[in-house]
Amino acid sequence: MWSFFHRLASPKHFYQFAGRLIPWLGWSTLVLFIIGIYLGLFVAPTDYQQGESYRIIYIHVPAAWMSMFVYMVMAISGGIGLIWKMKMADVVASSAAPLGAAFTILALVTGSLWGKPMWGTWWIWDARLTSELILLFLYLGFIALQSAIEDRRTAANACAVLALVGVVNIPIIHYSVEWWNTLHQGATVTRFDKPAMATSMLIPLLTMFLAFKLYFGLTLLMRARVEILERERDTTWMKEMITESGK
Amino acid sequence: MRFLPKHPKRRKRLALIALMITGIGSAVALATIALKENINLFYGPTQILEGEAPKNHAFRIGGMVEVGSVKRNKDSLEIYFEVTDTVNKVPVSYTGILPDLFREGQGIVAQGKLREDGVFVADTVLAKHDENYMPPEAAQAINDAQKIQSTLTGN
Repeated sequence: MWSFFHRLASPKHFYQFAGRLIPWLGWSTLVLFIIGIYLGLFVAPTDYQQGESYRIIYIHVPAAWMSMFVYMVMAISGGIGLIWKMKMADVVASSAAPLGAAFTILALVTGSLWGKPMWGTWWIWDARLTSELILLFLYLGFIALQSAIEDRRTAANACAVLALVGVVNIPIIHYSVEWWNTLHQGATVTRFDKPAMATSMLIPLLTMFLAFKLYFGLTLLMRARVEILERERDTTWMKEMITESGK
Repeated sequence: MRFLPKHPKRRKRLALIALMITGIGSAVALATIALKENINLFYGPTQILEGEAPKNHAFRIGGMVEVGSVKRNKDSLEIYFEVTDTVNKVPVSYTGILPDLFREGQGIVAQGKLREDGVFVADTVLAKHDENYMPPEAAQAINDAQKIQSTLTGN
């Protein structure tokens, strides 16, 4: 088990392992997305209160969950990079940042589109919406900081510290609807009680969540491979691989 | 604890990171506790009646629309209802278009000012919906069951 992780820490092994995993991830993501969207849009019943409009939940909620999950991936690999000075951890952190930012934008935009017909407003400065917006700024700050510092090592360290500082925002986002009064409703699925959602509606949501997660895994591996190609372009294994594929 | 680093330098870095996160966490916790008033989106009817809400400038009120309290003006968009937190009530008057989800028993958040006579004059009304999702038939079944329950207990 540990030796498997140790091997993944080498860019060469990571590159090859990711290359083998990508087609599998790609196809399962596609299949899950088709099943999830079909179940969500055609099979799940209408909501007693919100009618058909609630169906945007199948994009909004997985995107919002992922926005927090990706942040934790980014912060933890940033931390590993800081402590163990592991090259691959920095690659993962910097590959995850734009993906996390994209999930956050998706959650904010779909939330806004949902808010107008249901609440009556596109935006309100309540604790949930504001903390999610701060999360977007953390991602953008991470990306900006990384491109502002020339030296890779220094950039990775500075970004990892920024990511770790921002971790404090994650529980705030999650518990904002409990700690303060907000317009955003409380948690439906991620709570100690059983989910406050009919099973026929919950299954498409969980399918979509899995699809989003695999999509993240897929794009993360693809981005990490590109990053490895760029960083390792002067190494012998890379040159050997390129001449090999050129034959 | 096999995953903890053995190298003293790495241990030191791990400890520093842990210290940094705890430090920032406590600082943010203290700041948000101090700013609780400002982070909360609205005041409940009880808070307003106790005089906690700001006077002479706009704030938000939140609560449920009291069942049976909605009165509409036939000639205009003016509407009058009471917002309750099940303990206290505050009357609200509003002129304008309401969100689709507005109905009796629904949670709402309204922005406006408290008039001298204790009526909250709103200039926006937003609907707050709950975290429950279910098909209409299920909602109907729960409703019926509650009615039977209340007939049986005599409430």
